[in-house]
Amino acid sequence: MNHEAPLWELMDTGIYFNLANVLMITVASLIVFIIAVAATRQLAMKPTGIQNFIEWVMDFVKNIINSNMDWRTGGRFLMLGMTLIMYIFVSNMLGLPFAVVVGHELWWKSPTADPAITLTLAVMVMGLTHYYGIKMRGGKAYAKTYVQPMGFLFPLKIIEEFSNTLTLGLRLYGNIYAGELLLSLLVGLGTSSVFGALGAVIPMLAWQGFSVFVGSIQAFIFTMLTMVYLSHKVSDDH
Amino acid sequence: MLTSNFVLGAAAAHFNGGDIIYQLVVFIVLLALLKKFAWGPLMGIMKEREQHVASEIEAAEASRKEALQYLEEQREIVKQSRTEAAQLIENAKKQGEAQREDIINQARAEAERVKESAKREIVQEKEKAVAALREQVASLSVMIASKVIEKELSVADQEKLINEYIQEVGEER
Repeated sequence: MNHEAPLWELMDTGIYFNLANVLMITVASLIVFIIAVAATRQLAMKPTGIQNFIEWVMDFVKNIINSNMDWRTGGRFLMLGMTLIMYIFVSNMLGLPFAVVVGHELWWKSPTADPAITLTLAVMVMGLTHYYGIKMRGGKAYAKTYVQPMGFLFPLKIIEEFSNTLTLGLRLYGNIYAGELLLSLLVGLGTSSVFGALGAVIPMLAWQGFSVFVGSIQAFIFTMLTMVYLSHKVSDDH
Repeated sequence: MLTSNFVLGAAAAHFNGGDIIYQLVVFIVLLALLKKFAWGPLMGIMKEREQHVASEIEAAEASRKEALQYLEEQREIVKQSRTEAAQLIENAKKQGEAQREDIINQARAEAERVKESAKREIVQEKEKAVAALREQVASLSVMIASKVIEKELSVADQEKLINEYIQEVGEER
């Protein structure tokens, strides 16, 4: 349960790497890359098999974007949205089947069960919203969004930016971390005794199923909110 | 070497900024790689399909229009040929009528002509026969007369007699 992270410091610079995170980020990215490339290796006008799946994902993200902004401005975010949703979904799923503990260090887990990772993604997304807000509408229009519709809302708008970032990252982290924590507790119960195993089997199955559901929903929500925040910044009318 | 650098039991004390950098870099690399190897081609094929569908729809629309036009043309042709046929039949009827009239008239004229010539011939034949008869009767009567009445008879008397006989013969006939 309370496992430590395998930390490693980069040449005494004070920059620490959680090697478990590094491993899992790499694994998740590799899986996403392999799935995406395998799905788009043999592209045909008449889609079959896995191409149908990847096109369904694309349509899904397209719908998310279209529900927030018109396609003329939102079309450029399609690749970001697809990468985000697939990466987060795969990351969420990685921690479900098993957790690998070597010594006292937890090596195999969801990368999204770490607040640093999810907040990195959230900050990256919020950074992108500001970048595209300035790039597509100009600095003046971008600055104006902070005093609209009323000037006295300016402090609230500033707070909103930070709270958006925080909630976007922590929502994902909380859901996934809680799921993994409960799973590891159930595993602890299951391995304690025969009766414990009997008692843990049913909740374990239920919770794993629920975690799959939660992981999918969180991937969807993260992508959805990314598009919502982007549309707030790049759309003229909202 | 690597494991000796692990800081055990002090996880909470260290801010793992390396993870943040690593996550950021990996995500951007992943985004770039996927853009190049997966999403780009996928979007390309989807756009291609979109265009294909659009062009197919356009082609179908065009061919439908063409078919409609063709149908209209055919309809026009059928209509035209129908009127033409009706006209032809009408013409043929008229011609037949005229021909019939013509033939009948011709036949009538021919019949008239034949009748006329037959009449004429009859009259001619009759006259010829009468003349021949008259001649024959004359010579016969002369012969008879000369044979029966072998007495002197003046030419005038003779002629008178002959005429009397002929008259009788003519009345009996």
